[in-house]
Amino acid sequence: MRSYAFERPGTVTDAVRRAGSGSAFLAGGTTLVDLMKLEVMTPDRVLDINRLPLRGLDTTGGGLRIGALERMSDVAADPRVRRAYPVLGQALDLSASGQLRTMASIGGNLLQRTRCGYFRDVSTPCNKRLPGSGCPAIGGENRTHAVLGASGSCAATHPSDLAVALVALDAKVRLQGREGARTVDLRDFYLLPGDTPHLEHDLRPGELVTEVVVPALPWARRSTYVKIRDRRSFEFALSSAAVAVRLDGDTIVEARVAVGGMGTRPWRLTAVERALVGRRATEETYVAAAATAVEGTRPLRHNAYKPELMKRTLVRALLELEQTR
Amino acid sequence: MTQHEGITRRGLLGMVGTAAAAATVPLGGGSAAAQPDTGEVTVRMTVNGTATSLTADPRVTLLDAVRERLGLTGTKKGCDRGQCGACTVHVDGRRVVSCLTLLATLDGASVTTIEGLADGDRPHPLQRAFVDQDGLQCGFCTPGQIMSAAAVIAEGRARTDDEIREQMSGNICRCSAYPGILAAIRQARTEMR
Repeated sequence: MRSYAFERPGTVTDAVRRAGSGSAFLAGGTTLVDLMKLEVMTPDRVLDINRLPLRGLDTTGGGLRIGALERMSDVAADPRVRRAYPVLGQALDLSASGQLRTMASIGGNLLQRTRCGYFRDVSTPCNKRLPGSGCPAIGGENRTHAVLGASGSCAATHPSDLAVALVALDAKVRLQGREGARTVDLRDFYLLPGDTPHLEHDLRPGELVTEVVVPALPWARRSTYVKIRDRRSFEFALSSAAVAVRLDGDTIVEARVAVGGMGTRPWRLTAVERALVGRRATEETYVAAAATAVEGTRPLRHNAYKPELMKRTLVRALLELEQTR
Repeated sequence: MTQHEGITRRGLLGMVGTAAAAATVPLGGGSAAAQPDTGEVTVRMTVNGTATSLTADPRVTLLDAVRERLGLTGTKKGCDRGQCGACTVHVDGRRVVSCLTLLATLDGASVTTIEGLADGDRPHPLQRAFVDQDGLQCGFCTPGQIMSAAAVIAEGRARTDDEIREQMSGNICRCSAYPGILAAIRQARTEMR
C-alpha cells in the first residue's frame, strides 16, 4: 500500500474543503482499502468521513431519504424499506457477504469500482485505471463483461445491485461540493465509458455524496430483485433484474424495469416498460416484453450468453412478482 | 489446545511472532520503509474489555494491529482482501473483516476478538458446539467462523438452515467442514437463547 496522510474532518463543510485531486473519502472501506492494497487506488490523503452526520432513514413527506453513511445491512433490515420498497431490501440482501454488508455504506456502494479483472490487476493495461493504456478485456477474457453501453475503450460492468434497484425507482443522489449542494438523477449520475472510461460519474472534484433520495412510489410495494450468479451467495451478478409493476385488475398500467450485470452502468429498460404497459400480466406478455431488452446488445467473444440470460432473468422476476399479488 | 507443562501452542507461537515482528517488520507492509513519512495516528480503543492505546502508520489494518501489536493471533490472515472471512472480529458488537478495517478509524471503538469470546475458562457456546459437531478440520477459518456466527445468532439471523448458509457465506472453509459448521451454529443457537 502506498503511504497517505490520514485526516478526520469534523463537518461536511470541512470534508469538502479538504477534498481535492489525490484525496479519497473513506467510509466502510470495503472498496477503498481493498484497492489501495492492490495499488489500483493510490490517494495521497484519506479523509475518514465516518463521524459526519450523514446517517438515518427518513420517510417524512413520502418517499425515502437515506443518509450516505448508513450501512447496507441496516438499510436492508429497516421495516420501512422492506414494506415500501422490497426491491431495495432484496438487492441489498443479495449483495456481498454479511460482514461486508455490515461495513459498507450506501454512498460507497454506489461508488464502488468495477470487478473487471484487468482493472484490478496493475500489471495489465486498463483505460479506466490508466487512461490511454488500452483495454485487454475487449480481445481477452470477457465472460462477465458488458453487452450494453460498451465502447472500444472499455466493457467493464458496474457491480452494484443497489444501484440497479435505485435506477428502477428513479432515485436521486444529493451531492455536496465547495460551491454548494445539488441533486442529480442516479440514472444520469453514471457516465458511459466512451473514450474516457476513467470518468465514471458526474462527481466534481471534492464532491461528496451526502444522501440518496427515493421518490414516493406507492405501487413499488410490488417490486422484486432477481440476481443470477456463478455461486449462490457472495458473488457479483452475471445478470440481475429490478422490476416493479402496478396492476389494474389483470392489466399492467405502470412498470419499472432495470437490469444489472449487462451494462457499463445500471441499465434502465424503458422499452420493456412500454411493452408491458396496457397488456395483461401473463407469461406471454413478459416474454414478448423481455425480447425487446436485447435490442442494441453487442456481445463480445465470451459473453454471448448474456442477452438470452437477461431475457430469462426479466421473465423470472416478473413471474416472481405475481406471487406477491 | 493441549497444554504441556504450562506452554501452549498459541503462547509459544505468539512469543515467536512478536519477536519477529519487532525485529523486522514495519507495520503497514513490506514496501513501507522506502516511502515518505506521513504521520502516525494514535487510537484509543477497548480490546476484549481492556483499554488500549496504539500509535501506528495510518495504513495499518485492525488485523495486523491485533496480531502483531497486541499478540492476539487467534484472528487469522487468510486472503487479506475481505473475501475469506478468517479475520472476522466484532467492532462495537458488529461483525467486520479486520483486514479491510483501518486501525486509524477506530478511535473510541470496542473490539472483540476470538480471545475475548470465552467467559474466563468457560468456552463460549459456539466454541463448544464447533468441537461437539466437528465444525472444523484444519481449524484455520474457525476463529472467523465463530466470530461471524456469534454475530449472526445475536442478530437473530440464524432462523433456518438456508438463512445460516446465506449469512455465513462470507466465511470460507477450504476443508469444507460446512455441514459441521451448520450443525454447530444450530446447536449454539439453541443454547444462546
